[in-house]
Amino acid sequence: MAKYRHIEVNESAHVSVVRFLDQKIIDPDAIQELGYELFELVEKDNRKKLVLNFSEVEFLSSAALGKLITFEKKTKRLEADLILTNIAPEIFQVFAITNLDKLFQIKDSEADALAVL
Amino acid sequence: MHWLFSSERPMPSSRKPHVIRCSLPSDLTAYHELVQQVLDKLQELGWKKENIFGVHMALEESISNAIRHGNHEDPAKQVHFHSELAENCFYAQVCDEGTGYDPGVVPDCCLPENLEIPGGRGLALIRAFMTTVTHSDEGRCVTMEKQLE
Repeated sequence: MAKYRHIEVNESAHVSVVRFLDQKIIDPDAIQELGYELFELVEKDNRKKLVLNFSEVEFLSSAALGKLITFEKKTKRLEADLILTNIAPEIFQVFAITNLDKLFQIKDSEADALAVL
Repeated sequence: MHWLFSSERPMPSSRKPHVIRCSLPSDLTAYHELVQQVLDKLQELGWKKENIFGVHMALEESISNAIRHGNHEDPAKQVHFHSELAENCFYAQVCDEGTGYDPGVVPDCCLPENLEIPGGRGLALIRAFMTTVTHSDEGRCVTMEKQLE
């Protein structure tokens, strides 16, 4: 069984629900490791439906955004569906400022995401 | 890390601002204590959570830019930080010892054709969360100010 340091993964009706464990996603080494853990979900485990739940995340840097963008590109290339959920207002503002709310599919809650996956 | 606390720059506030000056090593893990100190002081001064978030973002992006892109993480170079904190105003200047750059040539990360480029969002975030942002010394220094209503 895979062990993750920065995410927790649960299966719900063939959808992988991924929760971030870090409240602040800033540290460069942690961001690098987080990237490896996310990439493995689609590149190694071949998961095709993913929900990224941001409920624990209070702060993230532009370097973390960059890693999420790379992850989005990988999911698209591997024809996997990706939805972001439970984003706090301040974090959503970061997505909106950088227009990433147009790149990512974002829903209010896990239930909203599961309903369309 | 070298710290200096004093009151110098006039601020639009009834009380003297809290001043923090220090020089940081070019290490991406070495500035979080400083950032937390600024955020704690703003909280003490009565700043709301959403405004503290904006300052956090501006500090994170400006200092990491100075270390990563300015000094290229060269241990022989430092990042120079000066900040003044008051009930209604945040001011900070972050300077690196690099070769400088032209902020005007950084691609607009928000254009549709650039959305999938992983980098280049730091400056947009700093500008969005601060009231004013100016660059000087050929791009080696960024000066940021956030005025509360």
